[in-house]
Amino acid sequence: MLWQVLEGLSQDSAKRLRFVPGVVFADEGAACGQSPEDRAKTLAEAKLVLQTVGFPWHIVALEEVFSLPPSVLRCSAREPVGTEGAYKAAVDSFLQQHHVLGEEKQSRPCPQHPQGRAGPPTAGQTEALSRLFNSVKTLTAKEELLQTLRTHLILHVARTHGYSKVMTGDSCTRLAVKLMTSLALGRGAFLAWDTGFSDERHGDVVVVRPMREHTLKEVAFYNRLFAVPSVFTPAVDTKAPEKASIHRLMEAFILRLQAQFPSTVSTVYRTSEKLVKAPRDGCAAGTPGPRCLLCMCVLDVDTADSATAFGAQTSSQLPQTQPPVAEAEAPTVSCCHSGMGRAQHCCRMEADPRACDPRACVTAQLCYGCRVNMKDLVSGGPSPAREQAGAGLGLRLRSPGTSGSSLLQPSLDPLPPYILAEAQLRSQRAEAEQEIQERLLEAEDGARPGATSAEQAHEDGARPGATSAEQEGADGL
Amino acid sequence: MPAPRCASCHKARAALRRPRSGQALCTTCFCASFEAEVLHTVVAGRLLPPGAVVAVGASGGKDSTVLAHVLRELAPRLGISLHLVAVDEGIGGYRDAALAAVRRQAARWELPLTVVAYAELFGGWTMDAVARSTAGSGRSRSCCTFCGVLRRRALEEGARRVGATHVVTGHNADDMAETVLMNFLRGDAGRLARGGGLGSPGEGGALPRCRPLQLASQKEVVLYAHFRRLDYFSEECVYAPEAFRGHARDLLKLLEAARPSAVLDLVHSAERLALAPAARPPPPGACSRCGALASRALCQACALLEGLNRGRPRLAIGKGRRGLDEEGSPREPQPSGPPTSEPIPGF
Repeated sequence: MLWQVLEGLSQDSAKRLRFVPGVVFADEGAACGQSPEDRAKTLAEAKLVLQTVGFPWHIVALEEVFSLPPSVLRCSAREPVGTEGAYKAAVDSFLQQHHVLGEEKQSRPCPQHPQGRAGPPTAGQTEALSRLFNSVKTLTAKEELLQTLRTHLILHVARTHGYSKVMTGDSCTRLAVKLMTSLALGRGAFLAWDTGFSDERHGDVVVVRPMREHTLKEVAFYNRLFAVPSVFTPAVDTKAPEKASIHRLMEAFILRLQAQFPSTVSTVYRTSEKLVKAPRDGCAAGTPGPRCLLCMCVLDVDTADSATAFGAQTSSQLPQTQPPVAEAEAPTVSCCHSGMGRAQHCCRMEADPRACDPRACVTAQLCYGCRVNMKDLVSGGPSPAREQAGAGLGLRLRSPGTSGSSLLQPSLDPLPPYILAEAQLRSQRAEAEQEIQERLLEAEDGARPGATSAEQAHEDGARPGATSAEQEGADGL
Repeated sequence: MPAPRCASCHKARAALRRPRSGQALCTTCFCASFEAEVLHTVVAGRLLPPGAVVAVGASGGKDSTVLAHVLRELAPRLGISLHLVAVDEGIGGYRDAALAAVRRQAARWELPLTVVAYAELFGGWTMDAVARSTAGSGRSRSCCTFCGVLRRRALEEGARRVGATHVVTGHNADDMAETVLMNFLRGDAGRLARGGGLGSPGEGGALPRCRPLQLASQKEVVLYAHFRRLDYFSEECVYAPEAFRGHARDLLKLLEAARPSAVLDLVHSAERLALAPAARPPPPGACSRCGALASRALCQACALLEGLNRGRPRLAIGKGRRGLDEEGSPREPQPSGPPTSEPIPGF
């Protein structure tokens, strides 16, 4: 893809591309368990290639996710898309700018040094990253986690350096495999974003996939015929057995089927073109609901007792002797409200909202696919006690405070701090909004005076953090 | 090491671990739990209203046997009445044995049974005759395409004969997962758009169909049949090895080994697929020959039979049905792209 962009921008191509490119290389050696020497070697090779290309380049290490701000997970507003006329005007002004800077740029050598990063990652960060990846039990979840973190990192780089689009080099074959893998992971609702040409769920930065029409074979031939240099780095699933992860399985399956039925990849690709970025008919149209914490797609989970696959999995965790309590009236953002009647404010009873099950708080903010992945994070295989503790049921009988201290409780500590911070912020904000909503209703009909005074008593308690969040919420409303 | 105690009643020894959640349960609690879940699916999805006359598609296999048994248990609570409808496709050596199993079941459960035969409904065409007719064309026989379409028609016809208001079939979660995988691999956007829900509400005169076992995984269906000691017919259809679904089934087995919840994840994905309006099938009308539900001038069953009768069995399969006397359907029925509805055989 880089070579194609280079060609497209050169003076003598028939249709010149009109953008200013930069290149990002993400060094994931720590996640793959590479030694520092191997990583240095890979980096040196990569630098060589990047210098040949000549665009401004940035090398980022995956360890930097530990220093990302929580704003990465927020969807920023996009600048309003202009009409045709505005586009032409923009291109014209860009060309003029380029002309003026043209001579200057020729004389100035391209920047050789990575911009905005202070040296190689520290050993502590590397260790934290390996701890995170080692705590994930299945290869499938590892690969998904790696993709998520990489996306966030690249997004952050793009935002800080003012890039409005990110181009990835996914080929047709890889996208077909990705589509089938996403299906198997439960991300059927988001296929159009994951495999379509443009992916605007992050708001201001758009991810585009210009290589999606080329098969891997074509890419390989191109690289060979035009002597395009490439760098080989082992990935997280290199040398893993075929059945180790869903990604591997799908890839092997599709390539094998392709050998037998040569139209398989192109068929899957054509089908992916027919997918649209909208909720299925019959789901609530209107204001889009809350977004997933990790993948930033609109949440696709329903009420826990509905007659859907999601409902089947959440209600099946109830032991037979308990009557099926209505688990959730709505896909709530905060665990505290799931399944509890108004009288049992589990969080309100604790002085500190963090004492309530943090894992459940995070889980409740994730889409279906991310939830399934999160189950593999730290907890390992399914086991009834852990599932009940971790699945956000905060069971009716005991207060979540005790589950937090039990040894079986898997911890979220290895996760990078920006994820945890954003999760907490969102749940606090949701709580605050909920409180305000209630108060408004009660002010109207004056019902339940007992509850009101109880709430006020709790609110006046030592919760400075929550009060300020509430203030924020109030200002927002 | 002795088996742990049942997680639910805490009295009996556990007999199995549920594949879905890993919970250890004894046989009674597992069966009760299974039935409760099916009941919940039916009630929450509002599939079978009280007073419905339900035609159960019974093939003698494990799924329809379990379905009939569970519905019979739940019938008083739901207020429905059941009829068994069995379809005889005319596959020698396979269907006769299966039908014998269905007859035994009907006798044991005292449910009325109706048998509908292809030969009777479709002018003498049995599946064996269809297989012989399509064998010489040099490509794969695509028996399952014929059988699937014709069986739906036969089931509908049988249901009408007994005066049913709803049709239920025993598709389980694994079937749904295989279907969505298969449809993606074959590029069948129309079916992808139609599938995914709990069944069709029944438009334009067709009876509403649903699949109460849709959220139960195949393993659990088998275990339930085992614990309740149900008598069913467990051999594979003679033509099954040629089907494309076999690939999807192998893939599903592998996926399930890698991640146990893969089956339900796929069902969830299928529920949430969003396809472009252009890819969705056109709104249904009525077939000009038999009056059944059809999205074109001729319903698929009539089109297939027409092809068979003319000695050109592949007439109605694949893109464009040129040659059939249809009043020009203006839309190109299949998506553009390489012709992919039939897999190119490896031999």
